[in-house]
Amino acid sequence: MNRGAVNSFVNYGLVLAFYLIVQILRANGDLSRAFQAQLVPICVYIIMAISLNLVVGISGELSLGHAAFMSVGAFTGVVVSTMLVDSVASTPLRLAISILVGGIAAGIAGIFIGIPVLRLHGDYLAIVTLAFGEIIKNILNTVYVGLDSTGLHYGMTSINELGMDSAGKTIINGPMGAMGIDKASTFTAAIIMVLITLFAIQNMIRSRSGRAIMAIRDNRIAAEASGLNVMKYKMMAFVTAAAFAGMAGVLYALNYSTVVPKKFDFNTSILVLVFVVLGGLGNLRGSMIATAVLIILPEMLREYQLYRMLIYSIILIVVMLITNNERAHAIKDRLVAIVEDYFKKILAPIFRRKGGAK
Amino acid sequence: MSFLNYLISGVSLGSIYAIIALGYTMVYGIAKMLNFAHGDVIMIGTYFAYFATTSHSLPPAIAVIAAMLCCTILGVVIEFLAYRPLRGATSLAVLITAIGVSFFLQNFALIRWGSSPKNFPSLVPFDKVSLFGGDLIISGEAITTMLACIFVMIGLSFFIKKNKLGKAMRAVSEDREAAQLMGINVNYTIAMTFAIGSALAGIAGVLLCSMYPTLSPTTGAMPGIKAFTAAVFGGIGSIPGAMLGGILLGMIEIFSRAYISTQLSDAIVFAVLIVVLLVRPTGLLGKKIREKV
Repeated sequence: MNRGAVNSFVNYGLVLAFYLIVQILRANGDLSRAFQAQLVPICVYIIMAISLNLVVGISGELSLGHAAFMSVGAFTGVVVSTMLVDSVASTPLRLAISILVGGIAAGIAGIFIGIPVLRLHGDYLAIVTLAFGEIIKNILNTVYVGLDSTGLHYGMTSINELGMDSAGKTIINGPMGAMGIDKASTFTAAIIMVLITLFAIQNMIRSRSGRAIMAIRDNRIAAEASGLNVMKYKMMAFVTAAAFAGMAGVLYALNYSTVVPKKFDFNTSILVLVFVVLGGLGNLRGSMIATAVLIILPEMLREYQLYRMLIYSIILIVVMLITNNERAHAIKDRLVAIVEDYFKKILAPIFRRKGGAK
Repeated sequence: MSFLNYLISGVSLGSIYAIIALGYTMVYGIAKMLNFAHGDVIMIGTYFAYFATTSHSLPPAIAVIAAMLCCTILGVVIEFLAYRPLRGATSLAVLITAIGVSFFLQNFALIRWGSSPKNFPSLVPFDKVSLFGGDLIISGEAITTMLACIFVMIGLSFFIKKNKLGKAMRAVSEDREAAQLMGINVNYTIAMTFAIGSALAGIAGVLLCSMYPTLSPTTGAMPGIKAFTAAVFGGIGSIPGAMLGGILLGMIEIFSRAYISTQLSDAIVFAVLIVVLLVRPTGLLGKKIREKV
């Protein structure tokens, strides 16, 4: 096996180990309720971070609107799930169908947004993804969907003007969001989705297309001159990321009884970007670990109540300064060198004895 | 006459965006970084002005100066502690640090002053002006805002063109290393850029809250994003561009709120931005950069 494949399997192993540890702790009753409530969100944000890493790290385009795809998936998933409550009895199957449809919807949104966005570069591209994120949030604030015996009703003014019969059920109520969601997400399902996402994106990165995407990131003009279709590969990364963000959104929405469009705003996009950058651009394992740590960290700081977000922001700044400052790098390198020297001195006699013949 | 009323409130809202956008665009032009904490600097400065007028009952002029001073110091300190150590780092690392600073300022305000919104008293001493027998009413805030915007614009243009420090700023934004070789103190110039941008943010915050009188820890966030959009709209790095972008953005926002839909006004603003960027990928007045291999 080559190094890339080994890396991939280490990632699957990490996810499975996390799952097993959580299940054992849960069985022993060692997990607090607050922590248990974070399990599905951790997986959701891991999927978000991995998919955003495909855009920001692998394809090299800064996206500030990733949560928009999450919201498209979330609300599509809620509608599909509510429609299927009576016809599909099995909850896991219903969840799977909702995730699939939500992912497709977000992927289609990704195509429509990707076509204009990917024509731009750098900071201009970033601001347009931000703009699309805000537009989608605003539009979702005006969407009303209801379900009655005659089928689905939708409109953009108010729930009363949909013309539903008296037994009609409100699914999405504008700024109030989706209510009365039939919770279907479980930790096991979320872990399976993380594994599927990892499988798809890792294989994509290691494929011919993945190499093309990275070549375009490293030097677009040279890649274009070598005959690569730049737009096609950028779209491939962008739409794949959008689809997985949509699936994460479905998982997220079906984990709660209510979800509002405001949840998926600029701040959520930024939060995921923080996970990606702290974990390391292009490093999927880094994204996963950073996400898990940064979601658990505020929970652990809970006893400081008021100050926890302040501490969180200070940790964020300090970590960025330490990992990116040149002087800090030099100090780290020197420390590593000292430790290495020390070990060499201790270990050298041992190795000399072993390889004595030389 | 309602059209003229909307036009005036659009231009005055746009003037505020323009003043904030100047801070974004100057910092971007010189330090090549998106200072996401700018909106929150505005918020902190406005809190200072609020307490200066309410708790210490100081006159409005002093309150504005207090806000400007507070923002200036805050801007320079943030630059020194958080951005200067990252001078050679990737732009994404600086962006995330700026987001960290933004979180910090918001949560600091939340802990220090609570989450409940404060009712900001208007600091504008002028009365409203009625024209055409009361058909057209221009509030004192609108007049002050537009005058402040014109004043800032003219002052800043002169400063950048004629003053030695302004020339140094242009040199640093053109080519940082060459400027350093010519004996310009790059760190000092960047710190001064932050100082000026933040002082403008102090003015903008007071004007914003005089017009829309609620002040909470998240007050700065949305105007910050809008002003950043305005800066990109006009061509980021360009000072007249920030002005033009800000005023156009304010007008589009007010007109779409009045004539199309209240809920979708933000969506329309951003949609116009997207269309403009697709036609002119570097904004209205932005410089076109030739790509080289």
